Amino acid sequence: MSMINDIQDEIIEEFALLDGDMEMCNFYLMELGQKLPEISEEMKTKDHIVKGCQSKVWLVPSLEGDRVKFGADSNTAITKGLVSLLVRVLSNQAPQDIIAADLYFVEKIGMNRFIGTQRSNGFGSMIKQMKLYALAYQSKLNQV
Amino acid sequence: MDEIRAQFPVLDQQVNGKPLVYFDNAATNQKPQRVIDAISEYYQGYNANIHRGIHTLAEKATKAFEDTRSKLQQFINANESEEIIFTKGTTESINLVANTYGRAFIKEGDEIIISTMEHHSNIVPWQMLCEEKGAILKVIPVNDAGDIIFDEYVKLLSDRTKMVSIVYASNSLGTINPVKDIITEAHKFGAKVMLDGAQATAHLHIDVQELDCDFYALSAHKMYGPTGVGALYGKRDLLEAMPPYQGGGEMIKDVSFEKTTYNDIPYKFEAGTPNIGDVVAFGKAIDFINEIGKDEIESYEHELLFYATLRLKEIDGLQIVGNANEKVSVVSFIIDGIHPFDIGQMMDARGVAVRTGHHCTQPLMARYGIEGTVRASFAIYNTKDEIDIMVVGLSKIVKMMKVS
Repeated sequence: MSMINDIQDEIIEEFALLDGDMEMCNFYLMELGQKLPEISEEMKTKDHIVKGCQSKVWLVPSLEGDRVKFGADSNTAITKGLVSLLVRVLSNQAPQDIIAADLYFVEKIGMNRFIGTQRSNGFGSMIKQMKLYALAYQSKLNQV
Repeated sequence: MDEIRAQFPVLDQQVNGKPLVYFDNAATNQKPQRVIDAISEYYQGYNANIHRGIHTLAEKATKAFEDTRSKLQQFINANESEEIIFTKGTTESINLVANTYGRAFIKEGDEIIISTMEHHSNIVPWQMLCEEKGAILKVIPVNDAGDIIFDEYVKLLSDRTKMVSIVYASNSLGTINPVKDIITEAHKFGAKVMLDGAQATAHLHIDVQELDCDFYALSAHKMYGPTGVGALYGKRDLLEAMPPYQGGGEMIKDVSFEKTTYNDIPYKFEAGTPNIGDVVAFGKAIDFINEIGKDEIESYEHELLFYATLRLKEIDGLQIVGNANEKVSVVSFIIDGIHPFDIGQMMDARGVAVRTGHHCTQPLMARYGIEGTVRASFAIYNTKDEIDIMVVGLSKIVKMMKVS
């Protein structure tokens, strides 16, 4: 199981290869998005929609053992790629690690540069939502 | 063309390493140097509050402010300059009419007619009024091509119809509505007609007297002028009959705690210190349009629209949304299997600014069963070369998306 920061460093390296070319970044993101495991249609409910995103983003959490798993999807291809990065970093991690995660890769890969403020707000609410789920699962685990 | 483009400093820049192609003119168009200069000249040279000052600066500011009113009066051929009320823009102009004329003269059971292609700003103020008054909102349907169905409109008219508020040119589809005929039919039933001229005013010859519309709303920022300024035209007798919109300074004649008498039009509707600097600069924007001439603007933009439509149709899977016979220079489209947001973002990477989404016309999007479109809208400074850049970009995106 990779650590959150190891995965972040991997992503930073991958994006460094694209040399800040926005078009390449967009295409790369779409490619990543396509590799994101599908979530079933019945999971795409109102409750699973992440608020604050311009495009539709669904985020489905689950607890498997002591790990939080995230499934996600979006109706737009580039956003789906962005979402897949967060899933890659935060899915399959322990709740306390998700809560404590400092997601420095977002700034390092210059995400703000190519997603614009409106979307980066959505990105922020997605991160917040993932951390909230982790927090909920953590208290659930503590109760057991 | 170079001469026109050179007047717009913002156009001369790179976006994401590519020359900017600005095709979001229906949202707001760019400002010529003289408009930008007029704002700083006003603040550097003669900033003063208007109308009541006796000193030289106040005189100068008042004259510049009122000059714009006269220019606008001539621009839309209003009968007199008192029929021009300055507002924040089209949205406020429509709200003003809904809140004053509407509140005073529309009663329970009365009907207000709008169309399916209205901008939210020409839907919501009337909905709010209807809710308050128990009036009924009726909606003219549109056909697949993007024209209103005129027969259906005529059927909606009755003695209960008190107001028809309709967009002159659609921001989403580009459709130019047959407003003259719409007005004629409405007047047969004694209904008043308000035109949302946000998209039309910079592109078409506007003659409010010839149209015989009762109200006309426009925004300066869609006419090469500053944001935050617009106007409402209203026929004198209607404006005089209407109660004031907001209370405050400027709009009064005499105030005592027992009774306030209101100022004459247009001041009755211009409470508070207006956006003087931007109104002054708006005058320069009108000069700019007048210098080029509406004939030239209409024919050049039509050429751009025709060319863009032709070239866009070359793209695999592209479908144009809005194929009315009469259109302003707006072309909306969708591409099979690619979300408008993705197209917009990928075009931005190529320096091309287009708008994506529902364009504040959600009921219209629902009518066509789509979430939104990509919209390219052209202004006098755009070129066919820029359209080529957009088309090449779109073709590449479609190719890449099909491969992946």
